[in-house]
Amino acid sequence: MKILFIKRAIEDFRNNRLLNVVTLLTVSLSILIVSTFILFFINTNEVMNFWKKGLRLMAYLKADIPGPEQLDLRRQIQTMSGVESVMFISKEDAYNQLKAQMKRQASLFDNLAKNPLPDAFEIRMRTANQSWDKVELLATQIESLDEVEEVEYGQKWLGRFTQIFDLFTLTGYAMCTIFFMAAVFIMANTIRLVIYSRRDEIEVMRLVGAAERFIKIPFYIQGLLQGALGACFGLAILFVAFWLMASNIERGFFPGLFNIQFLSPLILGIIILISMLVGWLGSYLSLKQFLKA
Amino acid sequence: MIEADEKNSVIRMFHVHQNYGTQKALIDITLDIPKNDFVFITGPSGAGKTTLLKLLYLAEAVTDGQVLIDGMNLSRIPRKRIPHLRRKFGIIFQDYKLIANRTVFDNVSLALEAAGKKRRLILKKVRSVLRLVGMEDRQTALPLSLSGGEQQRVAVARAIVGDPKIILADEPTGSLDDDSANIIMDLLKGVHIRGTTVIIATHDKDLIRKTGGRVLLLKEGRLETSSFIEKDYENSVY
Repeated sequence: MKILFIKRAIEDFRNNRLLNVVTLLTVSLSILIVSTFILFFINTNEVMNFWKKGLRLMAYLKADIPGPEQLDLRRQIQTMSGVESVMFISKEDAYNQLKAQMKRQASLFDNLAKNPLPDAFEIRMRTANQSWDKVELLATQIESLDEVEEVEYGQKWLGRFTQIFDLFTLTGYAMCTIFFMAAVFIMANTIRLVIYSRRDEIEVMRLVGAAERFIKIPFYIQGLLQGALGACFGLAILFVAFWLMASNIERGFFPGLFNIQFLSPLILGIIILISMLVGWLGSYLSLKQFLKA
Repeated sequence: MIEADEKNSVIRMFHVHQNYGTQKALIDITLDIPKNDFVFITGPSGAGKTTLLKLLYLAEAVTDGQVLIDGMNLSRIPRKRIPHLRRKFGIIFQDYKLIANRTVFDNVSLALEAAGKKRRLILKKVRSVLRLVGMEDRQTALPLSLSGGEQQRVAVARAIVGDPKIILADEPTGSLDDDSANIIMDLLKGVHIRGTTVIIATHDKDLIRKTGGRVLLLKEGRLETSSFIEKDYENSVY
């Protein structure tokens, strides 16, 4: 019986080629849009994490803080929430580092009567705590300490980027939900058209005593097949587009720094399964409405 | 018009009314059809012949009254048992209702597939009925490549392949020429002889006269008379 249902589903697929091709294209397009979003988020997230690894706060100290107080201050900062490491950079070290970096302008340093740079702490945060709110909160906490003159976050622009990314993520979730619903709706309607075009056949089946299960199962199999094939087709288009564009993006935006990745096999599997679920749901909703009539 | 006893009846109707909005299609129909009867339901267009058949095979629910098929009360039958009940019937329509994109064989086998029969039995039974209706050599043909008479023979094959207790035929010869109509009636008579109850809705008086059988006359939704008409041997082809 199972073989009969699969055989009938494939036969129906072949017999209603045009409508099935339309459904396939619809599913492919929906999957293409949703998976493009997913691909964008995964890679943007990777880029963000890559940049966040270099996120540090510099706490510049007031002049002439004695050694024991510096140690106390370091311990105090180390105990703050989200802090991974605290490194002391003496003003001498900072001066030498700056001199090394500005070799060509060495004459500038010769005219200085004394070292103008302050002692500082370089603070690195744990990756899990790197939401921008937490970075800002930590900076405020450190700045409120008496011994600290000023706190600077090396990459303030990252804050804005993080906020924009968060907004994008939220929009992405909303878009994915909308596209998921649209895919179900479009698929349900296309399958309804297929069912409508075969209403006489369904009527005959009912008249010869076919149970609802007998009528429905081939349509369910068809929905699952459409979901799977549509997803594979959509993902194949995405892969080709990715393959053509990835190297250009890498060269243009992250030269030698970052490898843009395609979706992992697990995510590909999940997308195909969800698409099959959408196909089944489309068939289920259409048949429920049609057979009730 | 109860004529048969309960034990011997295959179809019973008690005070059946069928309305479509304010329009009354059937009014107070009470009838009894015994097993292995050959019945014509006749009357002018709009008399309620098709409606009466539709009530029997549950295409429509009865507005009021009781319908019993083989002892089962249709108003009490659960929805999921309806397919089982429909397998007691073989239904033939004027427009054949064959599935256009399936072969003759597949159209006939559908009734057995729907009943969950095994593939080997399906092959055997379908070939056997196609031989009976004279369509054995056209089993791979698609319905639209057949003549009207041939299509109706396939429809008869589909109706009888599951060995139903009752054949319901709604104007089965309405679209056919005389020769094809005679073949179809011949087949239905043959089915009846083998023990099946046959109910034919038709307005064709010649057909009734040539075939003979019990006649239920409907007029404006009411059952007017029930009589028996002897076969006219002079004009009969059987």
